[in-house]
Amino acid sequence: MTIDMSQFLQTFYEESFEGLDVMENGLLNLNTGEADAEEINTIFRAAHSIKGGSGTFGLSDVANFTHILETLLDEMRDGRRTVTQEAVNLLLQSVDILRGMLGSCRDESEYDHNDANALHKKLEALLGQESSTETTTTESAESIKSEAWRIKFRPDENVLRTGNDVVRMMSLLAELGEIEVEADISGLPSIHDMDAEASYLGWTIKFYSKCSIDEIKEVFEWVEDESDLVIEPVASGKTGAESQKTEECVPEGQLSTPAKKRTQTTSASGKDTSSIRVGVDKVDSIINMVGELVITQSMLNELGTGFDMSKLPLLLDGLSELERNTRELQENVMRIRMLPISFVFNRFPRLAHDLGQKLEKKIELKMSGEHTELDKTVMEKIGDPMVHLVRNSLDHGIELPEVRRKAGKPETGTVHLNAYHKGGNIIIEIIDDGAGLNKEKILAKARKQGLVGEDEVLSDEKIYDLVFQPGFSTAEVVSDVSGRGVGMDVVRRNILSLGGSVEVQSEEGKGSQFTIRLPLTLAILDGQLVKVGEQTYIVPLVSIIESSQAKKENINAIAGKAELYRLRDEYIPVVRLYKSFNIKPDTTELTKGLLVVVEGDGQRAGLFVDDLLGQQQVVIKSLESNFRRVDGVSGATILGDGTVALILDVPGLIRFSQEPSRLHLVGSSGNEAA
Amino acid sequence: MTVAQQMPEAEASITTDDIEDKDQYLTFIMADEEYGVDILRVHEIKGWDKVTPIPNTPAYVCGVINLRGTIVPIIDLRQRFGLKTIPYGATTVVIMLRVIEEDGERTMGVVVDAVSEVYNVSPEEMKAAPDFGDTVNMEFIHGLASVDDKMVMLLDIDNLLNSKEMTAINQAVYEEAEEVSEKA
Repeated sequence: MTIDMSQFLQTFYEESFEGLDVMENGLLNLNTGEADAEEINTIFRAAHSIKGGSGTFGLSDVANFTHILETLLDEMRDGRRTVTQEAVNLLLQSVDILRGMLGSCRDESEYDHNDANALHKKLEALLGQESSTETTTTESAESIKSEAWRIKFRPDENVLRTGNDVVRMMSLLAELGEIEVEADISGLPSIHDMDAEASYLGWTIKFYSKCSIDEIKEVFEWVEDESDLVIEPVASGKTGAESQKTEECVPEGQLSTPAKKRTQTTSASGKDTSSIRVGVDKVDSIINMVGELVITQSMLNELGTGFDMSKLPLLLDGLSELERNTRELQENVMRIRMLPISFVFNRFPRLAHDLGQKLEKKIELKMSGEHTELDKTVMEKIGDPMVHLVRNSLDHGIELPEVRRKAGKPETGTVHLNAYHKGGNIIIEIIDDGAGLNKEKILAKARKQGLVGEDEVLSDEKIYDLVFQPGFSTAEVVSDVSGRGVGMDVVRRNILSLGGSVEVQSEEGKGSQFTIRLPLTLAILDGQLVKVGEQTYIVPLVSIIESSQAKKENINAIAGKAELYRLRDEYIPVVRLYKSFNIKPDTTELTKGLLVVVEGDGQRAGLFVDDLLGQQQVVIKSLESNFRRVDGVSGATILGDGTVALILDVPGLIRFSQEPSRLHLVGSSGNEAA
Repeated sequence: MTVAQQMPEAEASITTDDIEDKDQYLTFIMADEEYGVDILRVHEIKGWDKVTPIPNTPAYVCGVINLRGTIVPIIDLRQRFGLKTIPYGATTVVIMLRVIEEDGERTMGVVVDAVSEVYNVSPEEMKAAPDFGDTVNMEFIHGLASVDDKMVMLLDIDNLLNSKEMTAINQAVYEEAEEVSEKA
């Protein structure tokens, strides 16, 4: 009986990683000393399924390792062992090790066993402290060899309901050697009380074979935890008491010797074909949508045959119905890709826990808005930048307890992660109540590095923004956690590449707040079509604040080079789109065109265009896939008439219109002066 | 002669006898010269259509078009080679080519005066391009072949349509910019 196991392997890995996450979360929730039985049970169950799965797929290293975890957890669950911080830490480390092991198994890469072995020993030592007898008997159990065995096997009543088949086990045993089976019908109820699906029988099997105890245990692998199972060698003639001992310890011994036979079966590749788990409700709603779409289509079809002008209103109705269906379907399909942000948030309790211990800080991590949904691709890419920011808050932000006490703050520092939707964006905030950014220090450092001129005066915002410059760190001590000055610029770059932005606000002594703004999805955006000359461009609607006709008295030129427009109490730079893009506009007079006030990267500017056209949702197409990145353009889309329109990258446009080094700007402004 | 008429004729010229060792090249005409590209790289041939210009790119990048849902850049080969530009006419065609680069495959279109023939050229028939020194840039020429006493220049399109190449903004753009601002 051979089944191609490889097809299940991917699922196994996915489930195992999920299981590890569950274990991690559970462990973090364990309050030292008082074990919440339900919590431990959850952790135990996760560990157990990983063990079972890895055994099945022949990942004996993982199975062995999980097994010892399971033993430890089992003792905790039964209250035989108190939950100590030490144990929890060891278990947390084990989760990391397991993650590494499973990861390398999946990628078929070599795994460094030293860490695992070291931890394995530590765990064994921990187990050994209080139950040394067990470990010794474990060893003796491994060495048991015999030619004849007596197996007493009484499965749980539910054994058949869980899909296990006793007959198959017997026939497997029969393949290994000669068997004599005696059924024990003592547990059989009267026929009226009997449940057809329950198993009431027990068996005593005399088994003659040279195979090892492991091979016998393998047969019972799936049921051993739910069954009374005693395997004892007959020839060695052990006393009852001793064999009782064997029964207890055999489950431990069994998996600590690798089941070599099975390791070969798992050659299948677990290549990274990523998959999404989609809720049935989402799939159902899509099926509904498609159903409606089909109905609308057939309705229009019918209308089309023998159409005359009297049916025009019907046609228009049908078309608007079609539009609604398409839009809803589109939204629902996009929702498939949406996952709650808790996927990213979930790794932070662990990070806070570990770092808190390492840095000897007291940290409370609060999270809110974990259910905010975000596109999967965005999610995958936002993880690392967020880890970086949270680490920063923990390392540099939150002070040591005594420092906090002196400053009149509670000893425990709080880091708050928050996520919510705002417009077409998702906002993620990382707020700490730590020391905040030191303005003077940042400015001094920036001056030293030549990023800011000696007598340049910067607004607070600009100063804080300096922390995102490459090679900029004000940490006095470089730790392995942070402070090397690589990172913040990478964080910003990563977020920018997602079409998002990151800002920091801070108050010295009170804390700082990092705000990440990300587009909900990378595939579709609401756009405003604008016209410049013969060209149509798309401005993302989210970045538009308002549009207005410029008034002459509000236009100010600075030294003939830059133009500022006074928008109520604010001066904003004017970006002439035709100049940035070297195209011929209908008009070059600000008062004749329109000024679209846009915001990007926390900065406002007036985008000068000829005219506004309509608003519509556009599907973002990449320019890079066949061409390359173009400054000021974030992508392209296809309009209703089949032509291509470029989507403007607002922050990019503002940025490069301000760069004096842009040769053509220098050239053009020179000409204007002349 | 239109494209549609051209194709059957081109197909007719493929004889069945000695196809095996020979590479097939699609040739096109530009400024009375015949150039060839590996036919296996030709995606499709289509007539000239309006393009959407891309700002701040070299003049030879005409812009992008929508090729069944993907955005494909179009390169004017005359300008790329520094030849005199002529207005696009009835025979002007765009040849869609697959360009292979380190980081993957791209589809790009080149505008040429007209497509011509499909030739079979065996590797022995192909001659290396002579070195003209600095006077003529030969790095895009893969080799020369003589077919019916005519010379055909076989192009190395991976080199020619390299996306890095497109990054270089040439002088023409500045001139254009100045022109615009002068008008302003």
